[in-house]
Amino acid sequence: MKLIFEHSIHGKACDILPSSDVPAVELPAKFARSSALNLPEVAEIDVSRHYTALSKRAHGVNCGFYPLGSCTMKYNPRIDEQIAALPQFTEIHPLAPREYTRGCDEAIALCKSLLCEITGMDAMTLQPAAGAHGEFMGLLLIKSYHTERKDFRRTKIIVPDSAHGTNPASAAMCGFTTVSIPSAPDGCVDIEALKSALSDEVAGLMLTNPNTVGLFDKQIIEITRLVHEAGGLVYYDGANLNAIMGVVRPGDMGFDVVHLNLHKTFATPHGGGGPGSGPVGCKAFLAPYLPDSVVRNPETKLQIRSFYGNFLVVIKALCYILTLGAEGIREAAQNAVLNANYLMHLLKDSFTPAYDTVCMHEFVLTLEDFKHETGVSALDVAKTMIDFGIHPPTMYFPLIVHEALMLEPTETESKETLEEAAKVLKRIYAMAHSEPETLKSAPHNAPIGRPDEVLAARQPVLKYGFENDR
Amino acid sequence: MGSYIPSTPSQRREMLEKLGMSSYSDLYRDVPSSVLLNRPLNLPQGRSELEVQRQMQQLAQKNRVFQTVLRGAGAYDHYIPAIVKTIPQKEEFLTAYTPYQAEMSQGILQSIFEYQTMICSLTGMDVSNASVYDGASAAAEALAMCRDRKRTVSLVSATTHPDVLKTMQTYCFASNHELILVPEKDGKTDIEALNKLLSDSVSALYIQQPNFYGIFEDCSELFEIAHANGTLCIMGCNPIALAIMKTPAECGADIATGEGQPLGMPLSYGGPYLGFMAATSKHMRKLPGRIVGKTLDNQGNTAYVLTLQAREQHIRREKASSNICSNQALCALTAAVYMSTMGEAGMREAALQSMSKAHYLKEKLCALPNVKPVFDAPFFHEFLLEMPKSRELLSRLENEGILGGLPTGCDKILWCATEKASREALDRVVEIYKEVLTA
Repeated sequence: MKLIFEHSIHGKACDILPSSDVPAVELPAKFARSSALNLPEVAEIDVSRHYTALSKRAHGVNCGFYPLGSCTMKYNPRIDEQIAALPQFTEIHPLAPREYTRGCDEAIALCKSLLCEITGMDAMTLQPAAGAHGEFMGLLLIKSYHTERKDFRRTKIIVPDSAHGTNPASAAMCGFTTVSIPSAPDGCVDIEALKSALSDEVAGLMLTNPNTVGLFDKQIIEITRLVHEAGGLVYYDGANLNAIMGVVRPGDMGFDVVHLNLHKTFATPHGGGGPGSGPVGCKAFLAPYLPDSVVRNPETKLQIRSFYGNFLVVIKALCYILTLGAEGIREAAQNAVLNANYLMHLLKDSFTPAYDTVCMHEFVLTLEDFKHETGVSALDVAKTMIDFGIHPPTMYFPLIVHEALMLEPTETESKETLEEAAKVLKRIYAMAHSEPETLKSAPHNAPIGRPDEVLAARQPVLKYGFENDR
Repeated sequence: MGSYIPSTPSQRREMLEKLGMSSYSDLYRDVPSSVLLNRPLNLPQGRSELEVQRQMQQLAQKNRVFQTVLRGAGAYDHYIPAIVKTIPQKEEFLTAYTPYQAEMSQGILQSIFEYQTMICSLTGMDVSNASVYDGASAAAEALAMCRDRKRTVSLVSATTHPDVLKTMQTYCFASNHELILVPEKDGKTDIEALNKLLSDSVSALYIQQPNFYGIFEDCSELFEIAHANGTLCIMGCNPIALAIMKTPAECGADIATGEGQPLGMPLSYGGPYLGFMAATSKHMRKLPGRIVGKTLDNQGNTAYVLTLQAREQHIRREKASSNICSNQALCALTAAVYMSTMGEAGMREAALQSMSKAHYLKEKLCALPNVKPVFDAPFFHEFLLEMPKSRELLSRLENEGILGGLPTGCDKILWCATEKASREALDRVVEIYKEVLTA
């Protein structure tokens, strides 16, 4: 398919602006641009058709089943979009006088209080723009707490080996050294390993519960107690909150700080990679460190982006929470867990669950033996799913499971969709035995075949080459 | 009321039965009973779509939309063409995850490739990433790109937007690195002071262009001095100004960053916005976040993929160049649609009109008695004036549907005009101010 630049013809344009009604001002030559601008010159119909064609080569959760583990690809309600597009939200300047932004401020306060109740926290910030940004903020709270107490030795953050890659990366950005502890054979925290990692140099522990293999760690009370006894704080990675909201709260499990992903748990669309929103909640003793915009609040100690956060994403999540209410929130979690268990149950007689027990909102299959038998890998299975119109699961994660496929159906998929997906996967299972070559070269019906990623990295082509380029 | 669950209660019972369970609580058998929430959440009852629509509409009505916005300071009220609002609402773009599965995401990957190209065109840089959260976090990430073992100190001009500066300071506090402010003189970075601050431990110099006061900094000169010291240079730019302004490449910058909000994103009370980041090829492998590259598929067809992933957190974990995972992809798409729709001519026109209108307003206001420009230097579309009775003026303007400039204390106002401000509205501001002064 052509690039937008390949539609460009000099002289084409869209009619957008009127001509100027004030005298023109020239930029002093010293500050003026001399190089070519090289932006597309196209008509509006070209823009429309180009992007419509691109959209046909993309797949969103509102297009079809999207069981991408750890990403909670639930349905994104249209009403939330409509509300967030109201001019009384979109046309508000972040530095307008407060008397004219009462609606925004009330929406923010309401959303914070609802999220505090859902997580069992005392205070919340909506400033972080995504989950990893929230992790960074949460760790900053922990760092600020130890720094203020002049406890400068605490430079280590403990992270289980099953953790998301963002956890150790966030810890590094916060100047901490990461101590990775191995998981127990049941996929949960190895208490002995935790005990031996704890010391007066530990600032805190980062944990997801349910964890990344989709299991609820039963020893959670003991884990948080041990960390607290050693003088550390406990951080809750909210990537997997969808399993437990309304059922059990991080604050009640002993966590001091949490981050949430509004673009996962609270149904805001992921936009092909953002904008998300990663609110951070904390217990009261950490609240003084929560960030703000320094322009509006010169007292703020921390700030990790401009203004107050991805406000329109917050509006969408607020609509969602108000729609579900107390009962709906719990019902969503329960059905997310039910759907995951049901899908795992349907697949069990062909594929092997990495942990054969009741799972939470997602489960991990291990295709290690299957690969030995058939020569077909987890990647091949994932790519074949594309030919059946299903977005592949998360592959090769968590790192502690070999040939892993991680499936998270979410609560917004019907029983029929789950049964249909199970049928497809079983058919793929059979094909792996009868025609493995078809799977190894899949997909066959997608806009492209498997791309050469090595070539992309070795000889990077990261932009279109214009003729007038240097 | 609803929770968007499509299965019926009887289907759910059937599923539980197939699992050999009698109730939902069997699903949570691993949760210790001591932590189970033994009460409903203290949230309002769920509501129907119509009720939620009414409630949110009521909330929205507590905000005031101004006909004319003459306030900038990091958020700019440019005109957004209709098509720029509709295209990102296509559900294939809106509801997709990060394009991990290239075969199913060519549309999104290609749109990012095109966005990267446009950011390179705007800045003159060789490589752009797929976006970061906003201009402030982009600036903070850029400082991290410049550090090495020997050089760890960042210099940042005092003429930087306070939110951007505070964000950089917070990121430096996090990673235990020093940030030193380069003082300002007459509304611009003080070159003498810069000379004194440079040393062999200084990794980066960050300059905002135009700066917080709207003034054009002498970036070429500043960067030359910094480069002579072996310091890398970062230019934080306004993307609309870039259509007419000397580019980071022309100024000799190593990294260009900026707040992409003016490229088709509404004010939205501060977000979502767009952080753009681009660099010379030399620094390609230090860029944080997603980057899309062009390659071939197994049939020899053009294909787009996420590439250079060895920099990223899911591969490198604690050694990654950043922790960033989700970025602002839909905002990057919005910016690309905006730049395609405006085109070269439209972008230049938006920039020139914004600048012309700001100069018109400044000239008219400064013709009044006691109004003084705080600085005397070439500026883009923002300027700082000292004007008596500034509070009365702003409140009178608000009553007439005009959001005036940002009060910065001591009767100073930071004004901003974009192409949206009509001459009539600007003249009205001057008239109202005359009335305020004579009242």
